[in-house]
Amino acid sequence: MSLNWSKKEKPVSKLWSTADRGGPAQPLLAVRGLVKHFPVRDPVWVRPRRAVHAVDGISFEVAKGETLGIVGESGCGKSTTARLIARLLTPDQGSLVFDGEGVAEFGGLSLPDYRRSLQMVFQDSFASLNPRMTVEDTISFGPRVHGQSPVQALARAHALLDRVGLQASQFASRYPHELSGGQRQRINIARALALQPRLLILDEAVAALDKSVQAQVLNLLQELKAEQGLTYLFISHDLHVVQYLCDRVMVMYLGQVVEIGPVGQIYSAARHPYTQALLSAVPSMDPARRTALPPLAGDPPNPINPPAGCRFRDRCSYAEAVCASSSPVLDPLKAPDGLADASHQVACHMATAGSGHSAAAQLPTATPALAGISELEAA
Amino acid sequence: MSATAPSLFAPALPVMALLPPQAASAGYWLSVWQRLRRDRVAMACAVILLLLVVAAVFAPWVAPADPFKTSMLKRLQHVGSAGHWLGTDELGRDLLSRLIYGGRLSLVMGIVPVALAFVVGTSIGVVAGFLGGKVNMVVMRTLDVFYAFPSVLLAVAISGAMGPGLSNSLMALTIVFIPQIARVAESVTTQVAKLDYIDAARMSGAGALTIIRVQVLGNVLGPVFVYATGLISVCMILASGLSFLGLGVRPPEAEWGLMLNTLRSAIFNNPVVAALPGAMIFMTSICFNLLADGIRSAMDLRR
Repeated sequence: MSLNWSKKEKPVSKLWSTADRGGPAQPLLAVRGLVKHFPVRDPVWVRPRRAVHAVDGISFEVAKGETLGIVGESGCGKSTTARLIARLLTPDQGSLVFDGEGVAEFGGLSLPDYRRSLQMVFQDSFASLNPRMTVEDTISFGPRVHGQSPVQALARAHALLDRVGLQASQFASRYPHELSGGQRQRINIARALALQPRLLILDEAVAALDKSVQAQVLNLLQELKAEQGLTYLFISHDLHVVQYLCDRVMVMYLGQVVEIGPVGQIYSAARHPYTQALLSAVPSMDPARRTALPPLAGDPPNPINPPAGCRFRDRCSYAEAVCASSSPVLDPLKAPDGLADASHQVACHMATAGSGHSAAAQLPTATPALAGISELEAA
Repeated sequence: MSATAPSLFAPALPVMALLPPQAASAGYWLSVWQRLRRDRVAMACAVILLLLVVAAVFAPWVAPADPFKTSMLKRLQHVGSAGHWLGTDELGRDLLSRLIYGGRLSLVMGIVPVALAFVVGTSIGVVAGFLGGKVNMVVMRTLDVFYAFPSVLLAVAISGAMGPGLSNSLMALTIVFIPQIARVAESVTTQVAKLDYIDAARMSGAGALTIIRVQVLGNVLGPVFVYATGLISVCMILASGLSFLGLGVRPPEAEWGLMLNTLRSAIFNNPVVAALPGAMIFMTSICFNLLADGIRSAMDLRR
C-alpha cells in the first residue's frame, strides 16, 4: 500500500464548507418521524411479513452546542437511531433536517456534505480502527478523501494526535494493537475531528473503558466541545456519565421516545414510570439512600410484535385500561399553574390531562395559554 | 480483542523503532520481511523453491544429459546407477534431466493459473462481498454453478471444448480456480465489511472503490493469498491429469505430472524411480504451503 492512493485532487475549500447558517436559535439537527423496521428472515409462506420495529417514529431536535444524551436498555433502538442519523442505515420513513436544510432530499444538503458535518465515535475502539493502518494513516484518511495533500493531511493528523493527548512523535506510526483501549478511543476521537464536524455522535464511546480512563476521555470530550463549538449526541446506558456530560436527556423504550427533558428535571422529577424505574436502578453512592423500590420485572416485549397501546404497560405498575387501548403521545408537561413546559415532554397517559387514566384526573386541563401555543403551531 | 496494551510511556517495539516515522506503509513490508527471515521453516522452503526455479530456468546448463535421448538398453535403471544418478524412465531417458526440464512446465502450469485466478477471483469476491445484497447474491450464485462441478471434470470439459495446447489448459485451469478463490475472498470481505472501521470510512465520505483499495484489501489479501498458494499443488496435479488425457502437455515433453502418469506402469519394476516425479510435486506443494503459512504469520501484526 503506497502512500499515494488518493488520485483525484479536489478543491480543498470544499472541505470546510460547514459554517453555521441559521443562527444559534435554529436546531442543528431535527429528526422527524424516523422509522426503521428490519424485515425478519422468515420462510416465504409466512404472512403477513414480520419485521423488527427497531425505531418506530421518533422525533427530536438537537440544539446547537448542546449535549443530548440518549438512554435506554439494550435493544431499545439507541444504536439504530445513531446509525440512522449518520445515514449508515437508510430510514424507512422520516427525515433529517441539518441546520435548516433537508438531508438527501431535493434542494437540500447532499449526503456527502451532510456526512462531513457529522462524525461518529463507536463503542468498540478496536473494531473501529483498521488493524493494518498506522494511527496517522487512519486519522489522515478523511482529509485525504476530501482532497488534501498527503503532507497536509499528515500534518493535520499529527496536530490532532497532540490535541487528544497522544504525542505525535511517539504514536503516529503505531498500529492499533500497540495501544490501550483509552489510547485507541482518543485516536477514534481524533479521526472524527479530522473533518471538522459540527455534530459528533458518541455511540457508547466510553462504555468499554475502565472508570479512570473513562473520566479522562470524558474530560477530553468536554474540552474539545468548548474549544471547537461542537454538538454532541451522547448515547449511553451509564446514567452517571449522562448526568455528568449531558444538557438534555432522551429516554427510549422499544424504539420510541418515552421522555425527553433537561438533565436536572429528568434526574430529579422524571414523570414516565420507565424513566423512574431506570433511574432507581442506578446504585446510590450513599448507603443511607438505598434503592427502596423493587426493580423492574420482566423483559421488554418482543419488538417484532410490539403491544398495542402503551408499549411499557406490561411492566408498568400503574397500567390501566386506557393504556392498552390508546398509545400515549409525547406531550409537553404541564406545570401546576397550567402552563406548558415544552422542554420536558413525556409520553404517558398519567401525565396527559384528560387521557382517561385515574392519575391524570387531577392534572390541570388545557389552558388558554397552551391553546394559544398550539394555534400558533397550527398556523 | 485483548491486545497487550503498552503503557503510555512504554518504549515502542524494536521493529517500530527501526522504521522512519513517515514511511509507515513501506515499513510494514520491511517488518514482514524481518519477521519472515526469522522463520527457519519458511526460509528453508523459500530456498528450495528458489533452487527449483533456478534449475528450471537454467535447465540446459544444469541438466547432466539430454532429457529426450532414449536408450532401449538402459530402461528403468535404478537410482544411483552410473551416469544416471536418479535412474532412467521407461524409455531409458535420464530422469534427473527430465525432472529438471519438467520443472519448467510444471511450475508454469502450477503457478500461472493460480496467479491469474488470484487476481480475477479476488477482485470478484471482494467487490461482491463489499457491496453485499443482491449484487453479492447474483455474482456468487453464478460462480456456484461452476463450483458445483468437480474441479477435474470442469478442467477436462473446458480444456476439451477449447482444444489441446498449453495456453488452453492454462486458461481452463484458471477458470477452475476463479470460483474457489472468489468464494474465500467474498467470505473474508463480508467479515471485514461489517467492522466499524469500514463504517467510519463511509462516514468520512470515501467512495466504495477507495474504501476497498485502502481499507479492505490489506485485510483480505493475506488469508486469500495463503489459500491460493495451497491451490498450486492441486493445480499441478490437475495439469498433469490434463496432460495424461492428451489435453495439456503432450509426450515426449517433460512435465512432472505427465512423467508420473507414464511411469505408473513401472511402479512394480522400479518403485523408487516411478515415485520420483510425484515426490517433486509433493515437495514443491509442501514448500509453497509452508512458505505461505510463514508469510501469513509474518503479516500478522499482533505477533
